[in-house]
Amino acid sequence: MVTMSQSEIDVAIQRPREATIRVLDVHKYYDLGETRVHALRGITMDIVRGEFVAIMGASGSGKSTFMNILGCLDKPGSGRYFLDGIDVSGLGKDELAAIRNRKIGFVFQGFNLLSRTTALENVELPTLYAQVSKEEGAKRAREALDLVGLGDRSTHFPSQLSGGQQQRVAIARALVNKPSILLADEPTGNLDSRTSVEIMEILGRLNVAGLTIVLVTHEHDISQFAKRTIQFRDGRVRRDELVVNRQTASQVLKNLPVEED
Amino acid sequence: MDLIAVARIAVRALARNKMRSSLTMLGIIIGVGAVIAMVGVGQGAQQQVQQQIAAMGSDILFVGSGTVTRGGTHMGWGATKTLIYADMLAILRECPAVKAAAPGSNTSTQVVFSNDNWATRINGTEPQYFDIRNWPFQEGTSFTQQDVEMAANVAVIGESVRKNLFAATDPLGQTIRIKSLPFKVVGVLAQKGTSAAMGDDQDDVVLVPITTLQKKITGQDWLRWIMVSATSRQSSYAAQEQITSLLRDRHRIRAGQDDDFMVRNLADMADLADQAGSVMTMLLASIASVSLVVGGIGIMNIMLVSVSERTREIGIRMAIGATERNVQSQFLTEAVVLSLIGGAIGIVFGMGASYLIANTLGWVVLISPLAIVTAVVFSMAVGIFFGFYPARKAAHLNPIEALRYE
Repeated sequence: MVTMSQSEIDVAIQRPREATIRVLDVHKYYDLGETRVHALRGITMDIVRGEFVAIMGASGSGKSTFMNILGCLDKPGSGRYFLDGIDVSGLGKDELAAIRNRKIGFVFQGFNLLSRTTALENVELPTLYAQVSKEEGAKRAREALDLVGLGDRSTHFPSQLSGGQQQRVAIARALVNKPSILLADEPTGNLDSRTSVEIMEILGRLNVAGLTIVLVTHEHDISQFAKRTIQFRDGRVRRDELVVNRQTASQVLKNLPVEED
Repeated sequence: MDLIAVARIAVRALARNKMRSSLTMLGIIIGVGAVIAMVGVGQGAQQQVQQQIAAMGSDILFVGSGTVTRGGTHMGWGATKTLIYADMLAILRECPAVKAAAPGSNTSTQVVFSNDNWATRINGTEPQYFDIRNWPFQEGTSFTQQDVEMAANVAVIGESVRKNLFAATDPLGQTIRIKSLPFKVVGVLAQKGTSAAMGDDQDDVVLVPITTLQKKITGQDWLRWIMVSATSRQSSYAAQEQITSLLRDRHRIRAGQDDDFMVRNLADMADLADQAGSVMTMLLASIASVSLVVGGIGIMNIMLVSVSERTREIGIRMAIGATERNVQSQFLTEAVVLSLIGGAIGIVFGMGASYLIANTLGWVVLISPLAIVTAVVFSMAVGIFFGFYPARKAAHLNPIEALRYE
């Protein structure tokens, strides 16, 4: 097992703080009755502002655990995690909730919109938990919906929207508090190929505008829209490489035939 | 998040499940309604008792002959023979807080009219008795002071005696027999009903001049009681003290010795009856509160169902930045909104029920603002109390597991 010595950690902390995400020797264990599962076995990585990272790996590789820690939904068992220079690993529940609210935008595989709640209200939801006035929240939500091209669907309920549209509402919700990073957990997992590319096109566009994106996927095609891929296996980083011959989603979209039924 | 926003979200969440929400509310509606109606009935009864005592005259004092111990045997009230007519005159003369006084003695015997007879109480007194008791006549008048001086055979009868002896006959001018002596009926008293303080039928009585009773019926020359009215309700306590010290003096009772008489103040009795009424009101209210508690358990049950149904929603809210407190207050607010709306409808329901009780049973029902305020506060407390556990359960969910929940 490769672990960092305390002096190495100290050196690492002293590096210039340009990294949006800095993870240092993070371990995570789960106690399942008698057995102890070692889900993460020492992850160290930097993700700098403006990166577009695809995290890949089989189920059980530790990528979901890692995403939960990145999303401040879970805490590292040991090691440190800095988000925008803040040591998140030492924060309490309420502070973590505030970090999730202001610095992180979540996009899920299953969209996770509130049913019987309009698109606009779904997008407004994070502003309710930030100290933002009702008017300001509504204004930001409308802007975010315009950004994903759903400005005209603001009064629709999730059940009245297609899967792709629902995911775009979810992206708008993730953006409404202007986060530092967008975490997308298999955002195209429930979508057909063309819609998947459409979603990746939106994410690509947001990345060009300067948003740092971390994406979990197990589809190779999807990962190739990112700038960097990180392979997980058995709780460790197995491969970390830049994407060569990167295609943008908008180019792919042009060549993709429109399905006519 | 401000309170209005939280309340708005709660109302919308409840509106999504209208049937369930209204059934849950029904528990609170019935609970609050029952409390309001029962407290209304209790307070109405209390007010009625108060009015009866006021009609009896709350400025009245009752001076009774006392108890005495003879050879180790403790006799009951009325055993002494020391209370006499001169005492009454002294009370009138020397107690400034006393307005009027009437002497009295009584016996129980059979009263006969033609073929009917009736066992009743014979009270001997003077005409001012009816003024002190504030007791009007439905027919005829009182016997006069002259009748008293002459120990005339005249009688005033109560409504119960009239009903039992005369039925359809007009009693005025008729002759009744008491201990085989003929008495002419000169007046019939208006119905006074059952005494609230003492519980006996006040109308079951025949009143004759005190002198007639003493000389011709009982042969006793002492009094059993003196009915006194004070100058005002406030001064009745002063009158009580003045009479007590005067009579102790007149009866030569040394310091440390027990009185051979008793002075009862109707203001005291009014307080006593009031206390009894409060106890009854509280009893009714506590029985009704049981249904409010059951309603509260209904809220708790539904909130628990709602929390587990909305586990995923809770996970989403936590992921996008809701703190435990945010989640807790969201569910707590739902419970409180449920119980408050239920409480508001319950007030209307309770007032309707009171109106119905008042109309169909002819009871006096009193809806006090205090009962309404209490009901609102209580239903809110029920919401907070029974909503707390489900809300806490929601707030303590693990967001990762909640998000994965299907």
